[in-house]
Amino acid sequence: MINIHEVVETNEMIEKENLDVRTITLGISLLDCIDSDLDRLCDKIYNKIYETAKDLVKTGDQISREFGIPIVNKRISVTPIALVGGAACKSSSDFARIAATLDKVAKAVGVNFIGGYSALVSKGMTEADRLLIESIPEALSTTELVCSSINVGSTKTGINMDAVRLMGSIVKKTAEATKEKDSLGCAKLVVFCNAPDDNPFMAGAFHGVTEADKIINVGVSGPGVVKTALEKVRGENFEVLCETIKKTAFKVTRVGQLVAQEASKRLGVPFGIIDLSLAPTPAIGDSVADILHEIGVEHAGAPGTTAALALLNDQVKKGGVMASSYVGGLSGAFIPVSEDQGMINAVEAGALSLEKLEAMTCVCSVGLDMIAIPGDTKDTTIAGIIADEMAIGMINQKTTAVRLIPVIGKGVGETVEFGGLLGYAPIMPVNQFSCDDFVNRGGRIPAPVHSFKN
Amino acid sequence: MNKTIITVVGKDTVGIIAKVCTYLADTGINILDISQTIVSGYFNMMMIVDMAGTGKEFNTVADELEALGKEIGVVIKCQKEEIFDSMHRI
Repeated sequence: MINIHEVVETNEMIEKENLDVRTITLGISLLDCIDSDLDRLCDKIYNKIYETAKDLVKTGDQISREFGIPIVNKRISVTPIALVGGAACKSSSDFARIAATLDKVAKAVGVNFIGGYSALVSKGMTEADRLLIESIPEALSTTELVCSSINVGSTKTGINMDAVRLMGSIVKKTAEATKEKDSLGCAKLVVFCNAPDDNPFMAGAFHGVTEADKIINVGVSGPGVVKTALEKVRGENFEVLCETIKKTAFKVTRVGQLVAQEASKRLGVPFGIIDLSLAPTPAIGDSVADILHEIGVEHAGAPGTTAALALLNDQVKKGGVMASSYVGGLSGAFIPVSEDQGMINAVEAGALSLEKLEAMTCVCSVGLDMIAIPGDTKDTTIAGIIADEMAIGMINQKTTAVRLIPVIGKGVGETVEFGGLLGYAPIMPVNQFSCDDFVNRGGRIPAPVHSFKN
Repeated sequence: MNKTIITVVGKDTVGIIAKVCTYLADTGINILDISQTIVSGYFNMMMIVDMAGTGKEFNTVADELEALGKEIGVVIKCQKEEIFDSMHRI
């Protein structure tokens, strides 16, 4: 029988250490909505999403109430829209109409975000892929809840540098199109290498074509819980440190597993995966950077940070894998800058640079995330940063992503406020040397050899 | 069996257990186990109860207990047992 100390421990995690389930994400396939007529397509998309997701928010809230665990977000991910809209869309504004439909139905069912305004172009682009990508600035500036992601590379196919170059300018155009809101549109746009089909986290969630008709994926959180656990083992050796992280990750993940199973049962939708991610929020104490500090580096970015992050990431997976029957998505520690008060402090203290963040992405999920850069950064420079990050993913057979926000009208030293879970960020300097000739070559970087690992 | 954990946290005062137990008895909820402890100076009580015998919805009971807690000056929470079981038992 459960004893009082266990009950108190669980409730302290929830009340004082920000333990929550970050998201229940309902993946919905839209492949059966495909139609050559745009009006009919939009109607079918609206109806399918509405019918499938109408009870999602209510069910999530009820589970939250019964178990006393906050479920912060309820979200929807759909089949990449470039595949769904290809037959009907003849222009980029046709695609933007689908984005408007997604936004409308997301509001109607009351979810926080809808992801899947996406194209998978790791090897080449179809005309539909290109039109969708070109519609992103319009789509993200005229909708509120739609999130977009583009997969431009993979370990198996190499990197599509034409898509990388295009995304460099699309990120900039999206920033321009949303400049009244501090270029917020870019916070809803991710460029991926090795994008997973079952990621529940935004802005990169989409419902992959390898998935069932509908599926429940759950993302857990809990940096505050790990940090508090580590406070109790200060000065102990790495064995004790790692065991503590593993045990804590196990407990956090079990809550996610319970919520996923309940949601699956109540909605009559199969359970997909748990995403074992330490997802920070701007709330004090709910920070991955604070865990790194607790492990022993003065600020995130100090020497030792990459090793500390590597061990953290690995122990979270080791603890979490046993706690869940299916693990997938991104699974690891997130290191967004604006969404993590400890990261923001590190940047403001001068401890953390874009280059160090890039190094850190080699050992954790996911990539350069929520980083504000000067609004006058060149398109090709953004493309160059994307290419570097994609190369890390391609060579290391992991998911990497880039979510940069060139804040139009602002420069280094200023800050930008996104609000809510997106937080605020100091604008970070970018290396000023040119990569124009590299980015403008065009074509593809070939897939890497899988032997001679050095 | 429909096991729920009720926790009561707050400043110790006369009649907390009596009031909670009276409510549970009136509502047809059977108490399986009670334990209490002091954590950081606060009174902590946990009850394991079986809600199978009540005609009331979970949300109603949770709301009414919350209101009762406000009346006494403590925080009363109702949570299904599974969250603790899944976290602390393999």
